[in-house]
Amino acid sequence: MSQQAHASTGTYLRIAAILVIVTLIEVGVFYVPAFQPVLVPVLLVLSAFKFALVVLFYMHLKFDSRLFAFLFSGPLLLAVVVMIGLLFLFFGAVRVRAGA
Amino acid sequence: MKTWLTTTDHKRIGLLYFWTAVGFFLIGGLEALVIRAQLARPEGIGVSAEVYNQMFTMHGTTMVFLALMPLSAAFFNYIVPLQIGARDVAFPRLNAFSYWVFLLGGLLLNASFVAGPLFGAAGLSVAPDAGWFGYANLTSRQFSPGPNIDFWVLGLQILGIASLAAGFNFIVTILNMRAPGMKLMRLPAFSWMTLVTQFLVITAFPVITVALVLLMFDRFFGTHFFVPAGGGDPILWQHLFWLFGHPEVYILILPAMGIISEVLPTFSRKPLFGYTVVVYSGVLIGFMGWGVWSHHMFSVGLGPIADSVFSATTMLIAVPTGVKIFNWIGTMWGGQIRFTTAMLFAVGFIAMFIIGGLSGVSHASPPADLQQTDTYYVVAHIHYVLFGGTMLGLFAGMYYWWPKMSGRRLSETLGRWHFWLTFVGMNLAFFPMHFSGLLGMPRRIYTYGAELGVTRLNEISTAGAFLLGVAVLVFLVNLWRTRTRGELAGNDPWQGATLEWATTSPPPVYNFTVIPRVESRLPLWATEHHAAMAPLPATPPEPIHVPGGSWWPLVTALGVPLIAVAALSHQLWLALAGVAVVVAGIYRWAYEPFEV
Amino acid sequence: MSQGHATSTGLDNRKMAFWAFIGSECLLFGSLISTYLIYKGKSLVGPYPHDILNIPFTSFSTFDLLMSSLAMVLALAAIQRGDMRQGKLWLFVTALLGLVFLGGQVYEFRSFVHEGLGLTTNLFGSTFFVLTGTHGAHVTVGVIWLLTHWVQALRGKLGPAQAMTVEITGLYWHFVDVVWIVIFTLVYLLQ
Repeated sequence: MSQQAHASTGTYLRIAAILVIVTLIEVGVFYVPAFQPVLVPVLLVLSAFKFALVVLFYMHLKFDSRLFAFLFSGPLLLAVVVMIGLLFLFFGAVRVRAGA
Repeated sequence: MKTWLTTTDHKRIGLLYFWTAVGFFLIGGLEALVIRAQLARPEGIGVSAEVYNQMFTMHGTTMVFLALMPLSAAFFNYIVPLQIGARDVAFPRLNAFSYWVFLLGGLLLNASFVAGPLFGAAGLSVAPDAGWFGYANLTSRQFSPGPNIDFWVLGLQILGIASLAAGFNFIVTILNMRAPGMKLMRLPAFSWMTLVTQFLVITAFPVITVALVLLMFDRFFGTHFFVPAGGGDPILWQHLFWLFGHPEVYILILPAMGIISEVLPTFSRKPLFGYTVVVYSGVLIGFMGWGVWSHHMFSVGLGPIADSVFSATTMLIAVPTGVKIFNWIGTMWGGQIRFTTAMLFAVGFIAMFIIGGLSGVSHASPPADLQQTDTYYVVAHIHYVLFGGTMLGLFAGMYYWWPKMSGRRLSETLGRWHFWLTFVGMNLAFFPMHFSGLLGMPRRIYTYGAELGVTRLNEISTAGAFLLGVAVLVFLVNLWRTRTRGELAGNDPWQGATLEWATTSPPPVYNFTVIPRVESRLPLWATEHHAAMAPLPATPPEPIHVPGGSWWPLVTALGVPLIAVAALSHQLWLALAGVAVVVAGIYRWAYEPFEV
Repeated sequence: MSQGHATSTGLDNRKMAFWAFIGSECLLFGSLISTYLIYKGKSLVGPYPHDILNIPFTSFSTFDLLMSSLAMVLALAAIQRGDMRQGKLWLFVTALLGLVFLGGQVYEFRSFVHEGLGLTTNLFGSTFFVLTGTHGAHVTVGVIWLLTHWVQALRGKLGPAQAMTVEITGLYWHFVDVVWIVIFTLVYLLQ
């Protein structure tokens, strides 16, 4: 099946530029001490943004069938939820653990 | 012979899975009989503790990975393309690859029984011996220095590759290769449950792959992922294993639920009651199955919050399961019941699975589970759901679909013997285990003292287990005799509703002379809204292209155990050779002119 | 099935299979990343992340991989419109940038070992090397896949008719890039 809308070369270049700029911002935020308190949320948001750009535009998911989006985002969501669950289990409220 | 080695036909691959799985089932059964012979008496001294550990480990590993899953795969392979009105699966060569990798993985795992001398071991057998769930840090190199666990780690990774490949194949097949008019909500229930199962496979198997890789690194390269002395936490293994392990039990049960969702309607001459609800319940079970894993870890000390959360999710998952049971009963209610052997097994499934489900719900309560866990109460639960559930469901499938696959009916007389011996045998074997477990008999012990007071219970269990062995023999006799003496089945011996019954038994290589257009969920039955589908022509009106075979799936598959053997023998060149075989196989496969 | 035959959804079988595969890979990398995060701060001995991770160097690696994704989409677009000259060029550039990334990984790994962080030194070493090593192995497979297409193109055997397989290679390549974005953030930036 041929894709419907096609991003142009210009769009791809613009996305690439945004990706570079966001990466520079991330590194900048990392080095500027004033940003330390908000480091985690800022970096998570920025990297999620880059992730989304690559998936939606370079992997063409924005223009393709929703089934593909489901095949990807279902397991992705599962992985994220499981990761968060594990982090809670290991770093959550104080609990007694034998050994270790 | 060559055509079997190069086959890409889903029907042949299904038969290959079937016979191989039956073989492994027999091996797993023998392992069970050794266990039961040992436990018949307190202070039984049939086998040493070391051998006993190998027996229960291999029994569990074999039954789960080499018997139950491949038996289900036999039906995925043979039946699903027929039910959806396709000529084959989406990727026939990948399908063959899955089978060969499974066979080789199973052979590698069982080779450990005789590989001892190659490793300078004291005895003949270096079979895995740390339980089918291989808890860390018993499985560390420190506490399991020999090659036993290496066989386990490598063998399971190989099997994982087979399952994953099949998972992708069947997801695409079911979504993309349905006959015209077969909307998803017209899919037969078995095909639906297969679809859900494959999604569970492709999401759960990567997790155990990571767990096994981490363990492999600990054992081979000296990392400390699960070694406390290096900061590692053995509990991480349990989390990773059960994150896989719980979805795995739904992988084990959903196909059988799918089978009886076909058998019950056919032999009640009534459509599945609440098809939509049954389908959605299956999907819901798939999702919710991811939220319960730590109920296997209630005794580990996760804390009250974690315990409560997992207790709640576990109790909740009983709901969609229970819903299905009511739907199955509703299917039979008011129907014209024919108690064929397949139907006996299907009804048996419902009864036995309810019992297994009830013990499961009791496990959902952490305080209750603290007494039950690691005792024979759990062994009772497992076997009611996996034998009383999955295995009875698979037997139902065998009696139901054997005529389609072989062209002959299995003997109903022998079938009845098989069923009743099985039913009595399994209840004798496993029901007493509820009691022996609650009386304090732990799992995975090679003997017990008479003072525990479980001797009589164990005797009964052992008698039941041997009765099951007799039942299996009856079944094997049935299979063997019908090869030549079975009654010819014809296209549709049971007046079934779904597409596999529209073609010959066995089907021609191209499955259907014409791909039918599907107008309803029950194409072959006349309903109020739809006439029954017209019979397909006896010969194809146009020539049908059938892809030939290919050597490359087998060749590529052969490279995989080479890598494993290289790891076992610490030969880098062999690993590189294995990789080379895999890579070369893939290239030849990719560039082979193969028209589906 | 692949080419030519109609499918129930109208979507290509191979592309559908590949998106399912990518979903599966989310669980694979998710488990490895979870293991890394669970063991963060639990190493019994050093070196620790702040001792050894080189942000400027890794930022360059990240930039390199992002640019390789750009090269990949340009390659695919060229092949889809039949411009095989550009197609060959951008396929090669993608693979080359991939090789640069791998070279950087090799350099980084060797310098870490030199500075005292090996696979078995501590939990940080174990989780770091297994996670980034698995990612690097994926990049390696991707480079081989790209070069295979490039060689086929040189032999005149790759054209718009094969655009789907190149698109699938692209999906793989972008996914590997996206995993790196996550690793760069969670391992390097969020020490």
